[in-house]
Amino acid sequence: MTTVIEVEGVSKQFKIHHERSQTLKERLLHPKSGSTEVFHALSDMNFEVSSGETVGIVGHNGSGKSTLLKCICGVLQPTSGQIRLRGSLAALLELGAGFQTELSGRDNVYLYGAMLGFSRKRVDGIFDDIVDFSEIEHFIDTQVKFYSSGMYVRLAFAVAVNVDPDILVVDEVLAVGDERFQAKCTDRIRTFQEEGRSILLVTHQADQVRSLCDRAIVLDGGLMVANGPVQESLRIFREHLLEDAVELDRTGLRAEISIDSVTTPSGSFDVRSGAGIHLDVNMTSHLAYSGNFMMEIFTRGGLLISRSDAQGSPVNLKPGPNRVGIDLAQIPLLDGVYDVNVGIVDHHGTVIAWREQAASIQVTYNGREGGIVELGASVSQ
Amino acid sequence: MNNESSTGVERRSLDDAPVRVVSARVNLGTRLRNLLSRRELLTSLISSDIRIKYKGSALGLFWSMLSPALTLGIYYLVFSVITKNGYPDFALYLFSGLVVWNMFFNSVISATGVIVDRAGLVKKVSFPREILPLANVGAAVIYFFIQLGVLCLFLLVLGHSPAWSFLWILPISFAALYLLAASVSIVMSAITVYMRDMRHLMEVLLQLWFWLSPVVYSYENTISLRLHAHGIAWVYFLNPITLIIMTFQRIFYVSTNVNSTQIPHPVLHILPSWPMSTYFYLNASLLGLMAIIFLISLTIFGRLEGNFESEL
Repeated sequence: MTTVIEVEGVSKQFKIHHERSQTLKERLLHPKSGSTEVFHALSDMNFEVSSGETVGIVGHNGSGKSTLLKCICGVLQPTSGQIRLRGSLAALLELGAGFQTELSGRDNVYLYGAMLGFSRKRVDGIFDDIVDFSEIEHFIDTQVKFYSSGMYVRLAFAVAVNVDPDILVVDEVLAVGDERFQAKCTDRIRTFQEEGRSILLVTHQADQVRSLCDRAIVLDGGLMVANGPVQESLRIFREHLLEDAVELDRTGLRAEISIDSVTTPSGSFDVRSGAGIHLDVNMTSHLAYSGNFMMEIFTRGGLLISRSDAQGSPVNLKPGPNRVGIDLAQIPLLDGVYDVNVGIVDHHGTVIAWREQAASIQVTYNGREGGIVELGASVSQ
Repeated sequence: MNNESSTGVERRSLDDAPVRVVSARVNLGTRLRNLLSRRELLTSLISSDIRIKYKGSALGLFWSMLSPALTLGIYYLVFSVITKNGYPDFALYLFSGLVVWNMFFNSVISATGVIVDRAGLVKKVSFPREILPLANVGAAVIYFFIQLGVLCLFLLVLGHSPAWSFLWILPISFAALYLLAASVSIVMSAITVYMRDMRHLMEVLLQLWFWLSPVVYSYENTISLRLHAHGIAWVYFLNPITLIIMTFQRIFYVSTNVNSTQIPHPVLHILPSWPMSTYFYLNASLLGLMAIIFLISLTIFGRLEGNFESEL
């Protein structure tokens, strides 16, 4: 299989001016004013994408995923390292970025096509497809400034996917248009995959990665922290995301209360599907506290199944060791390992104590259903 | 690989597809090749530029003639009618020079801010960024040819003929003009990203530049003697546009075809009495110099381009 994207030792640094002196006067009068700080947006990225592969890039805001994508598209030059591309590439970094609002939709299709590097002849050949796909045939000769935002992005997406690129780069733009159009976009991406083209997809949405990608790359703080099968990468992504989320909320976390462990009376976390389980949460508190309980259950793929505050029942902690019991009367989950996070929140919902992956429940299931949850479907006539 | 049906599931082979490299430095050869391969984008941008400019205006392209016509009229009124400079056919002299100056001025003034103005595009779509200023130069070239057409009409109405034997130098001179305008436009568009004042500074500089060029006055019968007296006449010709303007004036203003240093005609006190060969050699060497400067301007642009994204 041919490698279509080779990223070799790519780093990107930005200089951040703390005192922006963009005018000549300021530069002349205060040549040394302001400090600059070097920000490492990407550090030593190395990966490859083969033809026909769909790779997802996930990471939270500021992790460098957009910078990486811009480098691959050639919008940004890396500070060091290089990226080798094979075949034509169409990038959707921002839908309609190349549009001239004063021109008609028709003119913009040709202009945008030229920007993506496709000849007038080639755009001629697919013009009808583009218009069909975008569903704006009545307005194709109207100036783009009169378009609704939905029409605008639909037209841009239609051009990019119809110009027949070998590599399609998509940056969080699939969340455009109404649901029907989104489904159409997803369909088109699947067609792309079947045709053996390569797709690079940047997104926040884990389920989009799960449903479309063969492989996922996780970025965190400009570093590649995972590059592998979707399930595994998403798991790492979730951990990094939550670590940071807790870090952000650290003001709310109180050192006086700690969650030590989660145990079961039998000591086993194995449970049959449909049966219940009793969990004991052992906590140490240095003060009397009244708050609410909070529990999350995730699949190993990082999908949140349930977040519950146990019907809002308050938890009253007294100084010293505490034990709180949670009864899950019935677990309708199918085969798999499910991670449980537990915590205490105050009355405003701020987390004051948290334990990530406090327990892992192993569910066994003997029925015929597939997926993650048993709905007990039956047929009546 | 272009003609595959969109429903086919055939695997496409990319083994022999060309490899493109994105890295910190793009060498000049690659830069030129990239530019050449995107000619179509350049023409699209030029035509959309012009269409947007005159969209919804009833007179359309006619407006592009109105401002030069007004300038021409005012200068004619001030220098020929009011101050009576005594140049024969002064309107023609002015027009020949203004055609050149307008092309240069329009290019530079519109290209200076173009990268900043199109920030949304520059930050999101990949293409050789030099194309943006070059599109402005391209639009100026279109206006130039329209004005040149009007100039020819002017000649026809006045019963003048251009200096036919000099006409073949015109393409050389125009090529030098194009490269000069393109080089200045490319460099200024990149510098403006870092120093937003450039736009205003450029307006002032261009005004100064205009008066340093022999458009409304004649070098030969004003400052030439004084500069010669100090032996620094060459200083005046450091301004590359001077030679181009003089060449255009020689072709369109001096209709005589006499190919010698001694031309018995009063207009020749207005222009240097160079023979054709001198015009050719000077223009050819200017073209060579401008070609080098163009390459240098592309190199400078390449250096500055790396941080566009974070500065915009």
